[in-house]
Amino acid sequence: MSEIFSPAYVPSAKPDSVASEGAATRAVLIGIAVAFLALFLVLPLIAVFTQALSHGLAAFLDAFREPDVWSAIRLTLTVAAIAVPFNVVFGLAASWAIAKFEFPGKSLLITLIDLPFSVSPVVSGLIYVLLFGSQGLFGGFLLDHGIEVLFALPGIVLATVFVTFPFVARELIPLMQEQGTAEEEAALTLGASGLHAFRTVTLPNIRWGLLYSVLLCNARAMGEFGAVSVVSGHIRGLTNTIPLHVEILYNEYNFVAAFAVASLLAALALITLVLKSVLEWRFSGELAGGRAH
Amino acid sequence: MVETPRRKRTFRRPSVIPGFGISFGYTLTCLGLIVLLPLAGLVAKASGLGLSGIWGVATDPRVASALRISFGVSALAALVASVFGFLVAWVLTRYRFPGRKLVDAAVDLPFALPTAVAGIALASLYAPDGLVGAPLARLGIQAAYTPVGIFIAMVFIGLPFAVRTVQPLIAEIDKEIEEASATLGATRIVTLTKVVLPPLIPAVLTGFALAFARGVGEYGSIIFIAGNLPYVSEIAPLLIVIKLSEFDYGGAAAIATIMLGISFLTLLAINLIQTWSRRRFGYV
Repeated sequence: MSEIFSPAYVPSAKPDSVASEGAATRAVLIGIAVAFLALFLVLPLIAVFTQALSHGLAAFLDAFREPDVWSAIRLTLTVAAIAVPFNVVFGLAASWAIAKFEFPGKSLLITLIDLPFSVSPVVSGLIYVLLFGSQGLFGGFLLDHGIEVLFALPGIVLATVFVTFPFVARELIPLMQEQGTAEEEAALTLGASGLHAFRTVTLPNIRWGLLYSVLLCNARAMGEFGAVSVVSGHIRGLTNTIPLHVEILYNEYNFVAAFAVASLLAALALITLVLKSVLEWRFSGELAGGRAH
Repeated sequence: MVETPRRKRTFRRPSVIPGFGISFGYTLTCLGLIVLLPLAGLVAKASGLGLSGIWGVATDPRVASALRISFGVSALAALVASVFGFLVAWVLTRYRFPGRKLVDAAVDLPFALPTAVAGIALASLYAPDGLVGAPLARLGIQAAYTPVGIFIAMVFIGLPFAVRTVQPLIAEIDKEIEEASATLGATRIVTLTKVVLPPLIPAVLTGFALAFARGVGEYGSIIFIAGNLPYVSEIAPLLIVIKLSEFDYGGAAAIATIMLGISFLTLLAINLIQTWSRRRFGYV
């Protein structure tokens, strides 16, 4: 009996040799995949930082001495501070209605919520220009009442909300569907009010999924370019978000400043990726689809 | 579940959980005001031109060439992204090597990095004097400011879609099937092409369609590297922006409608692939 457990019998020495490629093939495939990712994905990220620092730290810091940069940063933060909470409330409402109840037309509703993901960013901006522009459907009304939507904060917020619309909902809907309604029903039977059950039962169950989706929603909201570019009007110091300011600096051949400002967004992307990965590794069971890596 | 006695027909199945009215109403209101109404406005604007008007815009040489570039280059880029995306997904799920988790996290970089940032970074790398552009130029390939640049940006933006749609399915493959195939005498190549690959094809096609749709609509990461020469390297989304800046709202709406129509057909194709694969293989 004991010899079965001697090292020679441990089957894990070559666990799956028939169901895998040879070591050499494996090494080559890993090499190709890693080289491809390094060239196509990682190199551009590194380029942002090296270009930003190509003329030294002083030149990098000089880029932030301009007041226009700060107004762009303020505008981006303002837009995200409106768009992200809006999408959180919408995502919670939509996932509650869709995951906790049965009604006809549900899959159509989910498809419609996902729709903004399949619309080009430029078209996402265009549809608001068609509504609120001077020749638009509501253009005349807005002009008569002196309300600025296009080329102002409301237009930028609307376009941002549109492109980030599905983020929270599409993470929370499958998550809440997996969790079912038993826990909420138990809470209600024990006398909790609906709101109380939502706060103490549902929210703790979905907190990591919610955080995950807020993270991705925020990254997109702060980084959106195409849609915002169409509705913003590019008024320096007024309606320029950070990505739009990067474009202006780049087109003025002010490359160091453009990459310096872009490095802010690249840093945001890195932080987002790190936090997202941490959430996936630590709480994969509490995210939609049990995202395991 | 105990059948509840039927009182009257209701829209939703009766439940003790409260809040359906308010959450459903709020969802529909937001969806209607922010997504459906503006999109309807676009369709209304385009239909004002009539079918012949839209056709006129679509066959305008500059528009037709921009559409051809957008859809053609995007298809090519999605193909390359699918092939390498499959390889990356395979390596990440099947092999263990140091730094695997880091590489896996890096795949999502194009999702996280703002498109404009990616755009200027790619443009500086692939410019004739750039880090990658200079060696390419010596080989006689000019990447930036040509359709090659558009292709590179589209591969960048499409890759995570290709990887992430195939990856979970590779993880689910039952290794016993591969072992059975091997013990029955199949070589590894035969096992891969005859046993492993066929059930993955729908996922690969879905990834291709997603990367393709994303590439067609992409703007920010392309315009810096494309050079935007009319008839050569001008993409359809840029043409919409140009029409808007000329206050040609009708023309912009027409191009957008054409793009939406083709994207809609792509989405429909994805759904058909998934339905077919569910029937054929029992999963998506």
